[in-house]
Amino acid sequence: MYRLGRWLTSPTPYLMLLGFALFFGAWYLLSEVFKVWRFASLPGPHQVLVEWFNPNPVYGMSLYTPQYYMHVWMSVRRVLYAFVISTALGVPFGLFLGWSRNFRDFTFPVFEMLRPIPVLAWVPLAIVMFKGDESPVIFLTTLASFYATALNTMLGVRSIDEAYPRAAACLGASKWQVFRHIIIPGALPFIFTGLQISVGVAWFSLVAAEMVSGEYGLGYLINASYVNVQYPVIIIGMISVGIVGYASSALVRLAGDYLMQWRVRELALGGGR
Amino acid sequence: MNAAALQMATKGAIRIQNVDKIYDPAGAAVQAVSDCTLDIRAGEICMIVGPSGCGKTTLLNAIAGFHDISGGAIYLDGEMLCGPDRPKAEPGPDRVVVFQNGALFPWKTNLENVAFGPVMQGKLSWSAAAEKARGMMADAGLTGVEHNYPGEISSGMRRRVEIVRALMNDPKVLLLDEPFRALDSLTKSVMHEALLEIYYRNKVTIFFITHDLEEAIFLGHRVAIMTTRPCRPKKILEVDIPHPRNYSVLTSPRFRALMEETVSAVHEEAVKAFEAGEKEM
Amino acid sequence: MSAVAETLVRRPPKRGESFFKNQVVRAIISIAVFIAFWELASRLNWPWVGQAPAPSKVLDAWLPLLNDQGYWYSWYQSSRRVLSGFIAAMIIGIPLGLAMATSRVFHDITFPVFEILRPVPPLAWVPAAIIFWPTQELSIGFVIFLGAIYTIVLNVVGGARSIDVRYFQAARSMGSSSWDIFRRIILPGVLPSIIVGCEVGIGITWNVVVAAEMISGGGGAIQSSAGGGLGFFIWNSYIGFSYPLIVVGMISIGIAGWISSAVIRRLGLLVTPWLRVR
Repeated sequence: MYRLGRWLTSPTPYLMLLGFALFFGAWYLLSEVFKVWRFASLPGPHQVLVEWFNPNPVYGMSLYTPQYYMHVWMSVRRVLYAFVISTALGVPFGLFLGWSRNFRDFTFPVFEMLRPIPVLAWVPLAIVMFKGDESPVIFLTTLASFYATALNTMLGVRSIDEAYPRAAACLGASKWQVFRHIIIPGALPFIFTGLQISVGVAWFSLVAAEMVSGEYGLGYLINASYVNVQYPVIIIGMISVGIVGYASSALVRLAGDYLMQWRVRELALGGGR
Repeated sequence: MNAAALQMATKGAIRIQNVDKIYDPAGAAVQAVSDCTLDIRAGEICMIVGPSGCGKTTLLNAIAGFHDISGGAIYLDGEMLCGPDRPKAEPGPDRVVVFQNGALFPWKTNLENVAFGPVMQGKLSWSAAAEKARGMMADAGLTGVEHNYPGEISSGMRRRVEIVRALMNDPKVLLLDEPFRALDSLTKSVMHEALLEIYYRNKVTIFFITHDLEEAIFLGHRVAIMTTRPCRPKKILEVDIPHPRNYSVLTSPRFRALMEETVSAVHEEAVKAFEAGEKEM
Repeated sequence: MSAVAETLVRRPPKRGESFFKNQVVRAIISIAVFIAFWELASRLNWPWVGQAPAPSKVLDAWLPLLNDQGYWYSWYQSSRRVLSGFIAAMIIGIPLGLAMATSRVFHDITFPVFEILRPVPPLAWVPAAIIFWPTQELSIGFVIFLGAIYTIVLNVVGGARSIDVRYFQAARSMGSSSWDIFRRIILPGVLPSIIVGCEVGIGITWNVVVAAEMISGGGGAIQSSAGGGLGFFIWNSYIGFSYPLIVVGMISIGIAGWISSAVIRRLGLLVTPWLRVR
């Protein structure tokens, strides 16, 4: 409460409001009121909000229509699948990459060789390899997330201060015990950073994949509304992706905070090495 | 303290014999240790003093089993730890290390840290280990922080927890790598007395690396002053101040005399290291 | 830097073992196994992996292209887009980030807006960009710009924040002016983070360029044929059922992307010589 009070008396929240006011104000004035140049064809914030909250929307998509939630759910579901698979594969893979030089020497070259290929360049190949509607999209999203997770996990393992496994060895721990009690918890902060990045990357790839080759989903919705000249729905789609994307990152971060109580407490005391 | 408590241990004698260590032999070929021979008696506190980067930590790492040696051999109670056929020792609970910057596992509570050794080795069940841990922590004045994380307690307490964690394993040797370097001198003086207290209770051999001559003479039975890189014993001092010691020893005439004897040797090596300007290993 | 496990247990190597312990040898072996596995899967028509065109076919399709001018022109087009979009992002992003880092007021006004727009993926902006910008190149350029700018700005801000406050104190105590401090402390201090931001940003930029080029070829938001580039090449090969060419395109983009990252890293080391010594 004290910190909230202090925040309210500093200029920060008011400047923030000013920033929002400038942004939305400019958008509103340029597209709906003065209709300057190309802004005239853009839907304005007022238009979008009215449509979004409309029980009887002009273009059929609003917070009151079930189709809207269906699109949201389709995207969320795909990201969920991809995230679960990529985490289940990526974390162990990353842990072994960091832990065992043998493993790394034999698998990292192939991993690094495929990495420069942008995920979206895989789209046509994915469609050829995985026939069907859902599988290519989920494959692409999983691929992108997998790389982010595995790399960050590997970085996490390698960033562990060498004193820790040495201390554990002195105390009589076997290699597997070191892996379980030192490496995994030690890498956890990096793993969770990787997971947050991976969720962001998943949404990035998903939306693109849906725009190119999907049926249903928010990416598809954004694309389709353009084609069908339902411009306010484009913005509704964009905002929805933003909200869901942000919420998923926040969820991952909260899960991390819960699992790493020791770190939260340490940081709260202003300490931590 | 009675005489029984001061009785020396009979295990934990280390013999370092003609040890060489060359880092990166194919490349920069840095000779950290050259033809170093040193005997550490069972149950004694042996202090190793030298300028930073001179190779003392290399010796400790070799004994602990973290690095291999390029020549010579190291024996523990007559058994070879590492030598010509086996350049690297196996790390183990008979020679536990307390690290310079602390290596308490931040993600485990203090109690879990202390009980870690016996549980991992399968020697004790979790509840038995926890009970023993509580007892030892209480002896060291650490009641009340069992369920905190290391990040929540002061650095002095963290050191003590780490020492207790090491002692839970009944080691023959305690290897301390400048453990109090990061503490301020007030905490340090308290830690010295705490360490002696712990030593009097558990008879272990202590191999203690420091750059602080006062600390060395205060704590040790013997002080080995090492040359700058490559490392080799330059002068070995017998500290004949009787145990048990407390802080009043620091101002005693015998202490001052011992300091006088050795300070020039240490200073000489320090100047050499400073002029060489080499980065610490 | 050896992996963690190896510091714990080691035994003396047996004779002949050291050849297989060489990292380069192992890399070659693993890549060879990978290609062999791929070829086998394709010939045996395994599901999923086997449906991809075989490496032998890919090579067959690629060799004649090396003489084809159109192929290299695609390289040029994609690279041009990446370069121009990325430079635009840097020109605006770096000063923006520095402004956010140095002026509290500016930061408080702009950062919240910046943050709420961030979760929207760059490609979701494509239709809006097309509606707004008069030409297709400008719309693609805008989307590329958006994609790269977030990483750059965030890295600049993060980098500026992490400059040890004692450097500022030292400079002030030696009598530096604000401009001096900016030039000699902030700029060099931020450079490593800018470079990291650029490395990540260029990966994102390639993704966006490829997607935009594919969308322009594949129908949907962008309809005109003013596309071209490697992304378009891939999509076109897909539509034309020339599957080995898809893989040729993917590998080409991979190589181009790798080259661009390597160039950035090289330039980065040139500009930050103090980081070379580790």
